[in-house]
Amino acid sequence: MKIHQYDTVIVGAGGAGMRAAVEATKRSRTAVLTKLYPTRSHTGAAQGGMAAALANVEDDNWEWHTFDTVKGGDYLVDQDAAEILAKEAIDAVLDLEKMGLPFNRTPEGKIDQRRFGGHTRNHGEAAVRRSCYAADRTGHMILQTLYQNCVKEGVEFFNEFYVLDLLLVEVDGVKKVSGVVSYELATGEVHVFQAKSVIFASGGNGKFFKVTSNAHTLTGDGQAAAYRRGLPLEDMEFFQFHPTGIWRMGILLTEGARGEGGILRNKDGERFMERYAPVMKDLASRDVVSRAIYSEIRAGRGCGLNGDHVYLDLTHLPPEQLDAKLPDITEFARTYLGIEPYTDPIPIQPTAHYAMGGIPTNNESEVLLDNTTVVPGLYAAGEVACVSVHGANRLGTNSLLDINVFGRRAGIAAAKYAETAEFVELPENPAAKVVEMLETIRTSNGTERVGEIREALQQSMDTNVSVYRTEETLKQAVADIAELKERYKNISVMDKGKRYNTDLLEAVELGNLLDLAEVTAVSALARKESRGGHFREDFPTRDDVNFMRHTMAYREVDANGDTSVRLDYKPVVVTRYQPMERKY
Amino acid sequence: MSTPTIDEANPHSAALDAAESGKVELITVTLRIRRFNPEEHPDAVWVDYQLTVDPKERVLDAINRVKWEQDGTLTYRRSCAHGVCGSDAMRINGKNRLACKTLIKDVNPEKPITIEAIKGMTVLKDLVVDMDPFFQAYRDVMPFLITKGNAPTRERIQSEEDVQRFEDTTKCILCAACTSSCPVFWNDGQYFGPAAIVNAHRFIFDSRDEGAEQRLEILNDREGVWRCRTTFNCTDACPRGIEVTKAIQEVKRALITRRY
Repeated sequence: MKIHQYDTVIVGAGGAGMRAAVEATKRSRTAVLTKLYPTRSHTGAAQGGMAAALANVEDDNWEWHTFDTVKGGDYLVDQDAAEILAKEAIDAVLDLEKMGLPFNRTPEGKIDQRRFGGHTRNHGEAAVRRSCYAADRTGHMILQTLYQNCVKEGVEFFNEFYVLDLLLVEVDGVKKVSGVVSYELATGEVHVFQAKSVIFASGGNGKFFKVTSNAHTLTGDGQAAAYRRGLPLEDMEFFQFHPTGIWRMGILLTEGARGEGGILRNKDGERFMERYAPVMKDLASRDVVSRAIYSEIRAGRGCGLNGDHVYLDLTHLPPEQLDAKLPDITEFARTYLGIEPYTDPIPIQPTAHYAMGGIPTNNESEVLLDNTTVVPGLYAAGEVACVSVHGANRLGTNSLLDINVFGRRAGIAAAKYAETAEFVELPENPAAKVVEMLETIRTSNGTERVGEIREALQQSMDTNVSVYRTEETLKQAVADIAELKERYKNISVMDKGKRYNTDLLEAVELGNLLDLAEVTAVSALARKESRGGHFREDFPTRDDVNFMRHTMAYREVDANGDTSVRLDYKPVVVTRYQPMERKY
Repeated sequence: MSTPTIDEANPHSAALDAAESGKVELITVTLRIRRFNPEEHPDAVWVDYQLTVDPKERVLDAINRVKWEQDGTLTYRRSCAHGVCGSDAMRINGKNRLACKTLIKDVNPEKPITIEAIKGMTVLKDLVVDMDPFFQAYRDVMPFLITKGNAPTRERIQSEEDVQRFEDTTKCILCAACTSSCPVFWNDGQYFGPAAIVNAHRFIFDSRDEGAEQRLEILNDREGVWRCRTTFNCTDACPRGIEVTKAIQEVKRALITRRY
C-alpha cells in the first residue's frame, strides 16, 4: 500500500473534474485520479451544445434561461441554483472560447447558437437559439479543450486509478474528509490519497440500464462510495431517457438534430409531436418527448415489424446542412444501421441517458450529509452531484453547462478550503475495507458470473424502471435487485492476477450498480406522483402538496449487517417561480 | 379509407428495411486473439474463441461476450462503445480500427478474425498497450491555445472560414490508431508520430493562436515532420476520417514558407 498526500484530490477527469482541476491546480497541490485516461471520459460523447443566453443571434437573457431550467425540471429544481447556472453560463462559454474551444461561428464571427429542447423565449413563447455548439461534437471539444488546458497548467493525473472508498473521520464531533482509497489497474496496488479536500466528479450511473447512451464505464463509483459511507443520495428516481437513441443500441443522436429541423414521425409518417406539444413540438422537454414516443408505440403507431420504434426524419434537410452541423450522428446511422440519413429516416427509441440525482451538494459544491450539514472538505460536481439544477428532468445542453459552472466552483472552493485547512489524520488501516473486498472477490470460488447478473439487472431495470412505471413494476424491480444482490455474494472472477485485472474491477462496478439500482427503485416506489422523468401510470399527475420535495436516500445497516434504503425528504428552494402546469 | 402507410407516403430503401427488420441471422465466428500476460508466460500466443453472433454487431460486442461468457482474463480497454472515446483501437485482420466502430459483417467473418494490440507500442497485457509515450509526444507539441496580451471581454472573433482551416484536425480522439499504423514510428519510437502532428496542426492553423513558431520549431526536429514518408497508413487508419497525411504535409509546407 502506498500513501500519497495532496491538498486537493479530484476523482474523475471528465468535464467537471478537469474544469475543477484547471482552477485547483493554480491554487493548491492537486492530483486527479481517473479510472480511464482523461480524454476517454463520457463528456466526449455529448453532442448538441452548451446553453448560455449570449444573445448572439436573437434576443435572450439569463432570466428566461433560469425559468426554462426550472420548468424543464418540473419545479423540483432548486431555483437559487438554477439562477447561478444560467447567470454563470455566459462566462462559462466565453471562458471555454478563450481556452481555445473551436465553436461554430455566426457570419460576424461570434459564437453561433441553435435551438434545443425546452429552451424558450420569454417564458415559453417559442423556441430560442441558446445552445452554443461545435457541430455535433460539442462534448468532444469541451473534453479536449479542458484536457489541453490541464496539460498547459501541468495538472498531475493518475490514469487508470479507480477510487473505491471515501475516508471520512470524525473530528470533535464533525465528520470531515481525510482522503480516498484507490486501486491502480496496472499493478493491482492499493493507494491511499490523504487530502484536505476531495472533489467527486466521477460521472453517472446509467449502466444499470441495457438500452443506454452511457459508456461501459458509467457505473456510479462515486455515488456508491459516498452512499456506503453513510452519505445520502438525492433524487435518484429521476433518470432521464433521451428520446432519440439508435433503435436497440441506445447510441445517442443529438437533440440538435431536431434543433436543426429534424422531425419525429410515426409509422403513418405523421409528425406526432404536434399533438403532444403544440408550441414546441419536437423541441419539447425530453421527458415529454420520450413519453410521447412510447404512447405512439403503445397505440400501435410504432414502426417496423414489431412496431417498437419511431423515426427521426432528417431527409428534408439539405445534405450540406447535415454535413456541416450533424456530421457525427449521420455517420453513426451509416455505421451502425447501414442507412443513408440524407434519404432514409432513422429508427430510434428512447435511451437511458442521464441521472438527475446524485450526491447532494449546496451551491458551493459542498457535499451534504443530511438536509443542511456540509462535510468539510468534500465536494461534488457534474453528473455525480445533485445541486439540484436539473430537478426532475434536465434540459438538453444544461449538462455541459453544469460541469463547467459547478466544476469551476468546486475547483475554486476545494482549493481555497485546502489553503487554511489541516490534513485530517487517516483512520487506522485506511485501506482495510477495500483490500478485504477486493481479495474476497478475487479469491472467491463462487458459482455466479458477473456478466449474467449484470445482464439480469439491466433487463429488469429496462422493463420495470423505465419511462413508464407502476407500483407493480417497481416492486418487481426491488425484488429482482434483492435477489441479484444475494447472487452477487456468490460471484467469482476468472482473472486471479494483479496486472490489469479488469475482470475484478467489472465485478466491483457491478456491486456499485446493484446498490444504486436499489436506491433508484426504492426512491421511485415511494414517489407516488408523476413529475419530469419519473412517470407513474398509477399516479399520473404531479402532486405538489405531498411531493414537491427532494428524496434523500440513506443506507441503513441493521444488527445482522443487512442493509436497506431509508428515505427522507428535503424541501425545494423556491425563489421566483411558483409551480404551474407544464405545457410545451 | 385506410390510413396511408409510410410505405406509400415515403417508400423505404432496401437498406432501411434491412436495418429495421429486426431479423437476426446468427453466424458462428472465430476470434483469433493475441494473448499476452507476462505474469503467466513471457511469450504471446494466439488463442481462438468461437461464438455465435449477429453479424451486425460490433467487434467490441463479440470481444465483450468472450470476456463475459468464456474467458474473464481477456483484457482490453473500452468505454463509450461508439467511436468517440478512443479507448479500443486494435489491429483487426491486420488493420488498425476501433473495435466499437467495426461491424463483424465487415471483417470477413467466414474466416477467423484476428485481433491483436496496436503495433509499435509496448504491450502490457493482451490488447492493452503502454500509452504514456504516445501522450508524452502529444504534450511535447504544446497542444493548447497560446495567445499574447490581454484576453477580450467577449469571445475572440473568428470567421467560419477560419474555423474550417483547422476543423478537420479538431476531430482527433487520441486513439493512437494513426501513430501505431505508421511504419516510420514502428522503426523509430522517438518519432513524434502522426497524432502529435495532427494536434500541432490543430493549433498552428487556428487564427486565434500565436504559438505556431514555437510548435513549428519543435516539429522541425530530426524526429519531427520530416520523418514522414507519406505512406498514408495514418489516413487509412483514422477512425474519425481525418486527412492525417494532408495535415502533416501542411505542417511541412508551413515550415518551409512560414505561412499558416
